Amino acid sequence: MDVAAIAFYVFSAVAVGAAALVVISKNPVHSVLWLITVFASCAGLFVLSGAEFVAMLLIIVYVGAVMVLFLFVVMMIDVDFAKLRAGFAKFLPLGAVIGLVLLVELVLVIGVWTFGETALESRAAVAPALEDVSNTRALGRLIYTDYVLLFQASGLVLFVAMVGAIVLTHRRRVGIKRQDVLAQMYRDRAQSVELKNVKPGQGV
Amino acid sequence: MPVEIGLGHYLTVAAMLFVIGVFGIFLNRKNVIVILMSIELMLLSVNLNLIAFAAHLNDLVGQVFTLFILTVAAAEAAIGLAIIVSFFRVRGSIDVADINAMKG
Repeated sequence: MDVAAIAFYVFSAVAVGAAALVVISKNPVHSVLWLITVFASCAGLFVLSGAEFVAMLLIIVYVGAVMVLFLFVVMMIDVDFAKLRAGFAKFLPLGAVIGLVLLVELVLVIGVWTFGETALESRAAVAPALEDVSNTRALGRLIYTDYVLLFQASGLVLFVAMVGAIVLTHRRRVGIKRQDVLAQMYRDRAQSVELKNVKPGQGV
Repeated sequence: MPVEIGLGHYLTVAAMLFVIGVFGIFLNRKNVIVILMSIELMLLSVNLNLIAFAAHLNDLVGQVFTLFILTVAAAEAAIGLAIIVSFFRVRGSIDVADINAMKG
C-alpha cells in the first residue's frame, strides 16, 4: 500500500469512529470535540482527493467558527443533559435497524452503480491541469465568472443568517444602566454645576 | 497487495457518515443540540460525496457546490443555535418534547 492509501484508511477510520462517538457520547461537550475530530479528518480526505481550498475552508469555517459556536452554546445552556438521554436505550434498537437498512441500501447502490455514457461529455467545468493552475486559483476563476450570482446569493444567505441570529438572541433588558450618548452631549453647565457660597470656618 | 483508492472507497465512507448521522437523530431525539450535530454530520457526508465525484470526473463544479453547501450549513447552524438559545431563555429546557407551543 502506498502512502495515500494508508492516509485514506487512517483518515476515514478516524472520521467514522469519531462520528460514532459524536452520537453516543454522554456529554455534549465531548460530542462537539469529537465532531471537530470528524471535520479535521474529513479535511484530510478532501486534501487527499485534491480539493485543498475546500479542505482549508472546512478547517477555518467549521472547526474555527461553527464548532466554537456549538461549544459556546453547549456550555452556556444550563440543562441536565443526563435527563435528555432518558430514552437512549429505548430508541437504540429502532435506530440501529433503520441505520443498518439504510447502510445496506447505500452500499448496494454503490456496488452496482456505474457512470452513464454521457457523463464525461456533460461536465460543466473541467479542472485544468494542476501543473498550470492551482486548485484555489481554478476555483476562484470559476466562482467569480460562471457562478458569481450564486456566490453573491450565498453571501446574502450568510448576511440574513447573521441578522436573524442577532435578532433572535438580542434582548432589551429593563432596569440596567447603559450609556446614553445624546444625554451626555446635551448636558450643560447649568444642570451639572452648582455654586455654593461657603462661609469661612463653617464648611459646606 | 496494491489497493487503488477510488470513488467507491470515498462513497462508502460518506455513506457510513450519513448513516451515523441518521442514527444519531434517532438516538438523541430529546437533545436538540446533538440533533443539530447529526445534521452537520450528514451535510459533511454529502460534501464528501461531491468532492469524491469532482475528483473522479475531474470537474470543478463539485467543489464549487461544496462551497455553497458549507455556506448554507454554517448559516443553518447559526440560526439553529440562536433558536435554541432563545427557546432556552423562554422555557428553561431544550427537550424536543417541550417544543410544542404552537400546538395551541
